[in-house]
Amino acid sequence: MSLTSPGRVLVVGAGMVAHHLVEQLVARSPEGEWQLTVLGKEDAAPYDRVHLSEFFTGRDGSALTLSGTPWLDPRVQLRTGDPVRSIDRDARTVTTRSGRVEAYDHLVLATGSWAWTPRTEGTDLPGVFTYRTLGDVEALRDWVARRTEELGRPLAGAVVGGGVLGLEAAAALQTLGTSATVVEFADRLMNVQLDDGGGEALRVLVTGLGMDVRTSTGATRLGAADDGAVATMDLSDGSSVPADVVVFSTGVRPRDRVARESGLAIGERGGVVVGPTCRTSDPSIWAVGECASFEGECTGLVAPGNAMADVVVDQLLGGSATYRPAADGTKLKGVGVDAASFGDVFALTPGALEVMFADPVAQTYRKLVVSDDARTLLGGVFVGDTSLYSSLRPMLGRPLGADPSAFLAPEGGAPAPGPDLPDDVVVCSCSNVSAGTVRAAVTEHGCTSVGEVKTCTRAGTVCGSCVPLLTKIVSSTLESAGVTVSNAMCEHFAMPRAELFALVRRDGLRTFTQVVEAHGTGRGCAVCKPAVASMLSSTNAGHVLEREHAALQDTNDHVLANMQKDGTYSVVPRVRGGEITPEKLVVLGRVAAEFGLATRITGAQRIAMFGARIDQLPAIWRRLVDAGFESGQAYGKSLRAVKSCVGQAWCRFGVQDSASMAVRLELRYRGLRSPHKFKVGVSGCARECAEARGKDVGVIATEKGWNVYVGGNGGFTPRHAELLAEDLDDDRLVQVIDRFLAHYIQSADRVQRTAPWVAEYPGGLAELRRVVVDDARGLGAELDAVMAEHVAQYTDEWRATLDDPEKLRQFVSFVNAPDTPDPDLVYAPVRGQVRPARAGDDVADRSPVVARTLEVRS
Amino acid sequence: MSAWTTVCHVEDLLPERGAAALVGDQQVAVFRLEDDEVVAVQQRDPFSGANVLSRGIVGSAGEAVTLASPMYKQVWDLRTGACLDAAGKEPQDLRTFDVVVDADGRVRVAG
Repeated sequence: MSLTSPGRVLVVGAGMVAHHLVEQLVARSPEGEWQLTVLGKEDAAPYDRVHLSEFFTGRDGSALTLSGTPWLDPRVQLRTGDPVRSIDRDARTVTTRSGRVEAYDHLVLATGSWAWTPRTEGTDLPGVFTYRTLGDVEALRDWVARRTEELGRPLAGAVVGGGVLGLEAAAALQTLGTSATVVEFADRLMNVQLDDGGGEALRVLVTGLGMDVRTSTGATRLGAADDGAVATMDLSDGSSVPADVVVFSTGVRPRDRVARESGLAIGERGGVVVGPTCRTSDPSIWAVGECASFEGECTGLVAPGNAMADVVVDQLLGGSATYRPAADGTKLKGVGVDAASFGDVFALTPGALEVMFADPVAQTYRKLVVSDDARTLLGGVFVGDTSLYSSLRPMLGRPLGADPSAFLAPEGGAPAPGPDLPDDVVVCSCSNVSAGTVRAAVTEHGCTSVGEVKTCTRAGTVCGSCVPLLTKIVSSTLESAGVTVSNAMCEHFAMPRAELFALVRRDGLRTFTQVVEAHGTGRGCAVCKPAVASMLSSTNAGHVLEREHAALQDTNDHVLANMQKDGTYSVVPRVRGGEITPEKLVVLGRVAAEFGLATRITGAQRIAMFGARIDQLPAIWRRLVDAGFESGQAYGKSLRAVKSCVGQAWCRFGVQDSASMAVRLELRYRGLRSPHKFKVGVSGCARECAEARGKDVGVIATEKGWNVYVGGNGGFTPRHAELLAEDLDDDRLVQVIDRFLAHYIQSADRVQRTAPWVAEYPGGLAELRRVVVDDARGLGAELDAVMAEHVAQYTDEWRATLDDPEKLRQFVSFVNAPDTPDPDLVYAPVRGQVRPARAGDDVADRSPVVARTLEVRS
Repeated sequence: MSAWTTVCHVEDLLPERGAAALVGDQQVAVFRLEDDEVVAVQQRDPFSGANVLSRGIVGSAGEAVTLASPMYKQVWDLRTGACLDAAGKEPQDLRTFDVVVDADGRVRVAG
């Protein structure tokens, strides 16, 4: 089939949809003789606007960079910073602001939207921003830094608009160190995406993040300080809030002025009118994305824009694809709380039924909207826990296959739909990839892993929310295609971790070379080497930096510190049970100040020091070890910390001595290597101030002794620990935890945390209780012995390292210039401390000691 | 012609572990392999921008000798610099440097 050559294609607008269009045209017509020019208003090349807020947490704007490949094609030209001013449809040319005239055969409008701001008095004051472009967030960041300096105090921040973007902006303000008041004219947050119950649940969660939420009120006037900058915001309820920085996030409008002036048909609510082919009223002009009005509606999401771009590319190449709006879903991201919805959120479909489950304790709200016969899924709202969102959203408009309430039950509900989705169900809506395409990537294109499928189909590469579902489909397709889904650890070991561990213990293997010769092939990799290192450590085969073990370790275990984004490390000494003497606090302060380390109280009741160069670690630790500190294993897959409340010693309500028990447990399990990191908590009464049920092992005092809970936390799949045993005395408590941990270490999979291990334990929690508490399988004595040996063999890794010149040799910057620190490490001041410098920082210095004293210029 | 810089003695390197070296003003990650062959690639991790590749884990993938980034776990062929696993990102290869180990065990890198 010969494809039509589209000739000269001109794309007006250089956003994500334009990028996608170019990428697709290049990919689909690698040999075609066409020329394509993209004209953009912003200075930057197209970037990932969806993740704009990551600008504040990422290294710099480059974190938002989209693939640069399409711009390397010689047929493609990108001109930024020069917006199109007018279109001459008769001459088929456009003229840009700089006066450049470009001719076209096909013109594609991809001009996107602009951030609309109400005509409130004072919106022109310095310190008032919108939240749409890289320029916006850069200006916002600079303003907050400068104004904080001028006022000499943290700023009061305010966001007008409580939608998805407004909440993101509020979270960004908090990241920048300002407070955040969110003002929303509607009666709830995310009023477009959430129903009343969802909005209320979200308000509780967002308030918990420290945001001040004001709904059913509008901003009526912004007031200025003496120097003319914004300082206050008056609200329609008569109140006034301080506002040293204001962000308006009150919606977007299609950017259609140039199209309008050229005489193209414009929708009633704005936007360039397009039909299913994405052609405008002029057959040689197309419009895609947020500036296009299809059936009277403009989209505000990237997924439909990309789908339109696919249509235009197909049409340009002589195809006949048409655009059909797919169901939208929205997921809040980057704010620190979860909220998502899709489909008929408000149950507007005639006869629609709503099934909801609200759990005020767990702070979750979940609702499914189904057809009048309760069979077909019409929509869903999820706040606090959005795990169902990615699995159920693709089922929109299809039979649910089970009673809707079963999906919402807190535990033990119906399994979420998975691998058997019909081929035409869209799994990844950002890149518009269907289940069939994912399967074809495996069966026809030979992909054998989720990573390969992502690269091949682009599924899961934009927002990432579909990756769990993607993984299920890929595994089941591999399985049914006869490709054995191996439970091998990696290409070097054909068995899972637990099996290999049993062999290592049985044979008494002591080195990686012995292990790989006996049971594996090749020279190992970043998967199996650290796993074997952990096993050897658990079987007491010696210090992690013994010559033969050193090469196995991940860098964290290798240098006994936790690598940070710039290649420096954090230093976190053990503060057992959260108790530390005044004298030791002084030592930490002195060491941090001297080395210019940024200090921070961690969530595990410790003090972390950031920014230690590899060559500084021994000197820092020498000081700490001399002062009586030991390694906190904050870098290892091992016990991190035992968190406790103050308990009976001081607290009026404590019923047991939780602090002493926490110290006892921390000293017992310190340095214990395990399949993944684990944490322990001990609370002195049922009020649970140590948040023990959010830990791998949680201990809660009762009048009669201790209750022990297991399998909590779980990282990004949160889980509460479940009750394993009740009313234990001190020694019995320790024995039960010993056996639980030893059993976990021997039988869990690689990097499997206790939460999924407990959840997937054969026979469930009841069977785990029989094994660990009742010793029904007679493993008790062996598990006890394993732990006793660990306790007897414990040594402080850092002390042992400092005592051994051979181990210290690796702590140099350069093997041939040990006194020259990495010259690329640069620091910028932030709130009196330092962080790694980013592109665009006003002031920075290679020395963190100097950098923390610098003043940010205004 | 490139100049050769002596960076260390082969015995200064742990087998299957890297070390950072300065070659002129370039940061280079030098690795001693199992059979005492020494190879070198750029120290800068293209995915994170940090100078950390010498601290990655050396392994094998089929016949290739591999390096995994300690930052985000991308994997490269240590001999060719080719990116073998971009972990879902756009693959970026590494620059390699010629290395010779002379008769006295001195490791020299072409810069």
